Amino acid sequence: MEPALHTSERAESDLTLRIVRAAAEAVIGHTDELTALDQAIGDGDHGINMKRGLEAVLADLPQLRGKPLGEMLKAIGMKLVMKVGGASGPLYGTLALELGKHMPASPSRGDLAAAFAAAIEAVKARGKSDLAQKTMLDVLAPVQAKLAEGADLCAIKAEALRAAEATRPIQALRGRASFLGERSIGHVDPGARSAALFVAAICDTLEG
Amino acid sequence: MANVGIVIVSHSPKVAEGASEMVRQMVGDTVPVAHTGGNLDGGLGTSVEGIMAAIERAWSPAGVAILVDLGGAETNSEMAVEMLPENRRGKVVVCNAPIVEGAVIAAAESSGGSSLETVKRTAEELSP
Repeated sequence: MEPALHTSERAESDLTLRIVRAAAEAVIGHTDELTALDQAIGDGDHGINMKRGLEAVLADLPQLRGKPLGEMLKAIGMKLVMKVGGASGPLYGTLALELGKHMPASPSRGDLAAAFAAAIEAVKARGKSDLAQKTMLDVLAPVQAKLAEGADLCAIKAEALRAAEATRPIQALRGRASFLGERSIGHVDPGARSAALFVAAICDTLEG
Repeated sequence: MANVGIVIVSHSPKVAEGASEMVRQMVGDTVPVAHTGGNLDGGLGTSVEGIMAAIERAWSPAGVAILVDLGGAETNSEMAVEMLPENRRGKVVVCNAPIVEGAVIAAAESSGGSSLETVKRTAEELSP
């Protein structure tokens, strides 16, 4: 007879895979929207780049089954680094790699918040960027804050979507959009939008 | 003593190739030069994989200087450098310089036997 622990570990791994799949499919499903956002203020490749990288992650899911959470995140991060291209590859890749580095096997909410905070710092360093510069950080940081303060899933999802929308009036200071100066004002940042789509899909999967 | 290698990373395969050609005209075969451009689908963009391979092709014990065009090329290049084996990581630098002029100047400096640090500094003198 198999010990109960084994079963619950497997269930946990399956849930993690479901989360990864849902998050990837959510962003892939919005490829056209992300492309349109990036055409407005960038080089128009965010949607297609993310789709390429995430499809590579999805193709890899069978190999991820059963891996400890940290190892799984590192493998996903490496895939994103190699396959996404553009600046979003190293940025999302660094986010996943660092999350993996700081993630215990069965994280508490506090562990998640701490790992997320460390990963956000790594993304800042990778992009030489900070908050309020119209980037994915403007979604990741407030989501981390909600997570740390103990907000429920519904509130975290709402915060992600709100924060992405709140990049609209910001003038871009990093990336291709910064070349547009004031003309970057009035458009949602594509990286902030994809980050919000990830968070929303993760919350929905955990809720369901 | 080997000369510093030069790697050119552009979003456009044609820009990368053209810049590389201009460098070759200046320094011939005295400097290892490699270029990479385009994403994995052959469209505009850069890839970490492609950059790592270019670093390998231009490898020199004196180090490698990378010249990039736009933001994503820089971010991907920095990522590629960090993924190199530890004994090589410290010998590869990304220059903050215009890609074409920077590559030509850097290669000219390298062809005289200058150190990686000097090659980088000379290229970066072109930046405002």
